[in-house]
Amino acid sequence: MHRLLTDRPGSQMLMLGNEAIVRGALEAGVAVATTYPGTPSSEVSLNCFQIARETDLYFQYSTNEKVAMEVAAAAANAGLRSLCVMKHVGLNVAADALMTLAYVGVSGAMVILTADDPAMFSSQNEQDNRYYAKLSGLPMLEPSSVAEARTMMVEAFALSERLGEPVLFRTTTRINHSTAPVPLGELPERRTRGDFQRDPFRYVTVPAVSRRLHVRLLENIARAAELSEASSLNSVTGNGAWGVICNGVSFGYVQDAVADLGLAHRVRILRIGFSHPLPEGRIVDFVAGCEKVLVVEEGEPYLEEGARAAAQAAGLTVAIRGKGPDLFSRLYELDPALVRRRLATYFGVPVPASTTVDTSDLPELPQRPPNLCAGCSHRATFYAVKKAVEGMETIFPTDIGCYTLGFLPPLSMGDFLICMGSSIGTACGFSKSTDKKVVAFIGDSTFFHSGIAGLVNAVFNNHDITVVILDNGTTAMTGHQPNPGVDMTALNLDGYGRVSIEAVVRALGVGHVSVIRPFKVQKSIEAIREAVAYKGVSVVISQELCALYAKSLKRKRGKPFQVSERCRNHRDCINQLGCPAFYLDGERVRIDADMCVGCAVCAQICPEHAIVPVREG
Amino acid sequence: METKRLIIVAVGGQGNLLASKVLGEAALAAGIPVRMSEIHGMAQRGGVVESSLVFGEAQSPIISDGEADAVVGFEPLETLRALTKCNRDTAVITNLAPLPPFTVAIGRGTYPDIGLIQEKIRSRVGRLISLDAVTLARSAGSVLAVNIVLLGALIRAEILPLTAEGVRDTIRHRTKAAFVEANLKAFDLGFAQAA
Repeated sequence: MHRLLTDRPGSQMLMLGNEAIVRGALEAGVAVATTYPGTPSSEVSLNCFQIARETDLYFQYSTNEKVAMEVAAAAANAGLRSLCVMKHVGLNVAADALMTLAYVGVSGAMVILTADDPAMFSSQNEQDNRYYAKLSGLPMLEPSSVAEARTMMVEAFALSERLGEPVLFRTTTRINHSTAPVPLGELPERRTRGDFQRDPFRYVTVPAVSRRLHVRLLENIARAAELSEASSLNSVTGNGAWGVICNGVSFGYVQDAVADLGLAHRVRILRIGFSHPLPEGRIVDFVAGCEKVLVVEEGEPYLEEGARAAAQAAGLTVAIRGKGPDLFSRLYELDPALVRRRLATYFGVPVPASTTVDTSDLPELPQRPPNLCAGCSHRATFYAVKKAVEGMETIFPTDIGCYTLGFLPPLSMGDFLICMGSSIGTACGFSKSTDKKVVAFIGDSTFFHSGIAGLVNAVFNNHDITVVILDNGTTAMTGHQPNPGVDMTALNLDGYGRVSIEAVVRALGVGHVSVIRPFKVQKSIEAIREAVAYKGVSVVISQELCALYAKSLKRKRGKPFQVSERCRNHRDCINQLGCPAFYLDGERVRIDADMCVGCAVCAQICPEHAIVPVREG
Repeated sequence: METKRLIIVAVGGQGNLLASKVLGEAALAAGIPVRMSEIHGMAQRGGVVESSLVFGEAQSPIISDGEADAVVGFEPLETLRALTKCNRDTAVITNLAPLPPFTVAIGRGTYPDIGLIQEKIRSRVGRLISLDAVTLARSAGSVLAVNIVLLGALIRAEILPLTAEGVRDTIRHRTKAAFVEANLKAFDLGFAQAA
């Protein structure tokens, strides 16, 4: 049995924040969960995927976040409880659905998890999704700890049902990827069959309907504001004259700072857990009781602006500060020592000295950047493209996945990236505005997520681009989740369809389509040469299973290779491929037989044919 | 209870997350408050995995620079890099077996001398315990038990409010049955080595 299904109310279990979120949703009776995987939210989906195999929870990996939200929205409008999971930038993809879903609302309950990533541990930006609550008008809850992620998830579903609106549940990486003991609650039966009664003048958002629905939304925001005022999720601790307003993980940092500085009798803390609509009355009461107020929040000055506006409207002149050159930055994440120092500075108590040892005299340490794995098919494809376009002036728009790492030397294949699917759209733009050959790289999952629309655009507008689809048979970067092109029978799962990338590409009317096996180096180079020479849209589909995924499927791996005495130390293998299985032993290149998966790409490019299979015995 | 802060640094694949889990479960079993945080975005692609574990009443799951009571490094270069987490009282426990990053392996960077690494750390912190955890793990019966060897050394250093018997119990109940015997032996070897 899955550990999150443990039925022992009252006992404690060590859980990752993402597991606590799932447990909370299960305790709330969630019946439908949907997602597109994205760090730091991925383990929420993985656990739902596993739990769905042993219970009547319905879970799906959707094509993208917008589709995930639409599926969950329909379930919640059939009266069920649904959970929709994504990382912060995923909400941009789903924003079109979100904004009008707020007008329509839900008849069951729906919680939308947005996992923000301050400091960008694994994201392309650090946008603060609290503004989506303000933009859409939807309520937002933000837990401050792993244990609270569970209880707050239960409250989020209750709040959604009460208001008839989806609730945004915002976490940050330090909640998702922290671990702590979590007390278990009861696991109720879930209701898995709902109903939808036709009522087009309520649910079909033509202008005349939406004009009334917007009124409904504003009424709901007003009701939500009353609930926020009364909510125990917004709470005051301490009773000093110095005020701190905070949210999320900052609450823990503030509590530790107050304890460390011995200011328990001087500071009162307003923790905002129900952050949209803000409890303006509570904020005004709090500020009115303080000499000065510090707002401690990661990201944008969301609480600071809200608190200041509420205080101004109430005619208060108490100083409220948060972001600023001498206080907190909008950049990156906070940490306990930083909060302690800023708190001390702001309230004028001695600032504790840093105890960090001096490391200024250390030699420069070699970095340990992540690298494409030994035997990664992307490396082979990048090499083949590089060879095929030799002598041409090129631009390589790239996309989001493991292959983004191809932008690092020695491959250096990746010139432009803004979001999921952008490789193809930006390739269209570069092809029309420069004289360079444009070759876009996109993975299989990303192609389904948002690449197809770009390719349709390229065909319709007749752009002169080559799109290389790196089809490694899984969504590798986020941990090998399925996507519509994946063979689900390999995972012993039935009941799934399978979409052929080649059939899609041909059906779109792409003028030149080729399929390559990237470990066949010379054939691949020739096929790519033909593709880039084609005037118009050409697509190269490079098919080879992800090396890590192949290992997890227990596929037989190739025999390892070794560098024989024929080696003349050209080092093309190291300098052009940069496979991590290579290492230098003095001046000699060697191959780590434990890492080598026998892809044989290096053996094919060695000018002396010095790389040969390790012999048996 | 006095708060104790531990940082574990490792290279992807060295079993950092299992080591953290064992300590967290041992704390839970002993009724000691614990909060942990991990950054492991690209672990499978050769990157660094860092875990922080906070035992006691503190609310923050992460540890600021200079504030670790103990640092356990599964790889000597990464231990040296984690010196920014140390103050002059910090106890540092490091494996001495290097895993050179790819940049070094292909000649684009120099791996610091192991003696120099130890000297740089020892001269700045409260104490340094160094051991060849790979050799010890191998003699325990599994080269994968490097993480558990280092846990043995960590518990022997008596910084955390955890007992050796408590951690052994957790190893018995929370690690894979096939590895329990090797893991217990690895723990004891690390424990003895740190004496």
